[in-house]
Amino acid sequence: MSIFVLVEHRQGEIRDITFEMLSKCKEISKTTAVLLGNDVEQFVDPLKGYADTIMVVKDEKLEYFNSRTYQMVLSHLINENKPLLTLIGHTSYGIDLAPGLAIKLQIPLATDCADFFLEDGQVRIVRQMYGGKVDAKATLKKSDSYLITIRPASFESTEPESKDSEVINIESPLKEELIGKRFIKYVEPEISDVDITASDILVSIGRGIKEDKNIPVIEELATVLGATISCSRPIVDKGWLDKGRQVGTSGKTVKPKLYLALGISGAFQHAAGMKDSELVIAINKDANAPIFNVSDFGIVDDLFKVVPELTQKINEMKGT
Amino acid sequence: MDIIVCVKHVPDVAGAEILIDESGKKIKKGDLPFEINEWDEYAIEEAILIKERLGTGSVTAITIGDEETEATLRRCLAKGADKAIRVHDDAFEDSDAYAIAKILYNAIKDLPFDLVFTGLQTNDEGYGQVGGILSEFLEIPHASLVKKIEITDKLIEVNRELEGGLEEVLELQLPALLTIQTGINEPRYVSIMGIRKAKKKELQVISLNELELTPEEVGISGSWLQIEELSIPKPTKQVVILDDATKIAEVLRARGLI
Repeated sequence: MSIFVLVEHRQGEIRDITFEMLSKCKEISKTTAVLLGNDVEQFVDPLKGYADTIMVVKDEKLEYFNSRTYQMVLSHLINENKPLLTLIGHTSYGIDLAPGLAIKLQIPLATDCADFFLEDGQVRIVRQMYGGKVDAKATLKKSDSYLITIRPASFESTEPESKDSEVINIESPLKEELIGKRFIKYVEPEISDVDITASDILVSIGRGIKEDKNIPVIEELATVLGATISCSRPIVDKGWLDKGRQVGTSGKTVKPKLYLALGISGAFQHAAGMKDSELVIAINKDANAPIFNVSDFGIVDDLFKVVPELTQKINEMKGT
Repeated sequence: MDIIVCVKHVPDVAGAEILIDESGKKIKKGDLPFEINEWDEYAIEEAILIKERLGTGSVTAITIGDEETEATLRRCLAKGADKAIRVHDDAFEDSDAYAIAKILYNAIKDLPFDLVFTGLQTNDEGYGQVGGILSEFLEIPHASLVKKIEITDKLIEVNRELEGGLEEVLELQLPALLTIQTGINEPRYVSIMGIRKAKKKELQVISLNELELTPEEVGISGSWLQIEELSIPKPTKQVVILDDATKIAEVLRARGLI
């Protein structure tokens, strides 16, 4: 029995999800780290001690991630080696790659898993549903090989073991240039006028703010606290604040001394970006909002009632 | 340009306490309001915007579900879709994303299209895989997490959202399937005029016997994933609920934050 883990890398760096998956797998089974790319020798050493085997496929056509080329190479490797399980990150790459790969291989897929168990050749998974309000346990249909995608930050990265890993170079199965989907370029995020990762106190707003005309009330609180305003995804989607102020997987990861979450439901994508804050205080009308699961203190009430009171109280304490 | 948009009618769980039913495998949906899936609202808007920009083509909204899901199709028609299709059969009950993709494939494979859109994922189950599977069945290129689309004749350029604010630009050949990320546009409101017009638009209903699928290929028997048990997540931190703003201010002062 063996497990394949796809090494995710971009712009010269191995992504954290890779080490998270490998750390989990080395407790369970013989593990193969599958490394695809062009100039990838640099990644072999950092992977040593995380997997029993490092399988490397080098090809100019793998210079940039492309779900089509990755699908072709991985389906070849999985068919040849028949791992019981293949793990891919539930990331922008994994989301693009895994569904088509499962169909190509005719093997069952479970996506966005927070945990998994192998029992008698059967795979059980744990994943969230309904915006983080429900945990689901599920079984994958019996097969001789399975594919699952793993939610980032579900497993902790451990230190590598001292043992060496066997490195196997495999000839690329890609023959002619694949057509239909082609990488052109990266677009770097616009440089923001504010760096929310440098702030000790963040006052962060979410969907509960309802309208952009309500933002000044929040700004008053931020001013008395000496805080910077950050936000969750819907606020950026609506164009009320810059992308540079977004906290979460598609935005920034922050660790301030105080994170004040106002009207933020706290779905995984947001929580992943702020859960390591020193102190989290949430104000939300919904007592069942997942944000309370990652908060130290909370108030279940209308933020438009609590925020002005809080601003006033702080002003009183400061004696102004 | 003919565009098919796959949409889903989902429960709105924001603000709601979720209860698990007696089977332990489903939530109680009885009291929850239902609406169009958030990502699909952006997908239908993007399709309508492309049609308006090009001044030609069609937008077809398709969903799987019982009569109640027509509310979501009517919403798409009122916004500007030309036609709607609802696929329903009792055998579809408990279908996972794989089975859903099979149903959608069979319902759209013989229709004319240049683009197929789905939302990136749904608010309810959130598998984020129907689009990817569907494109593989249709044997057309696809891109997920799409935040921008530019069309030039037989090619499109799309921006995909990667992590940390980074995007990548890809070129795809048409026909293609795109899974749409929120924020790609500003979804319009439904107008009274739109609702009136929608009533005259075609809403076709298709059942299993009109598709090239057997009952075994859908529902639980046709799914990869079988739910065993649902539960309410346990908090990673034990939150202390405070009464009012004064209590928060006291916590902040005690920690030297004021």
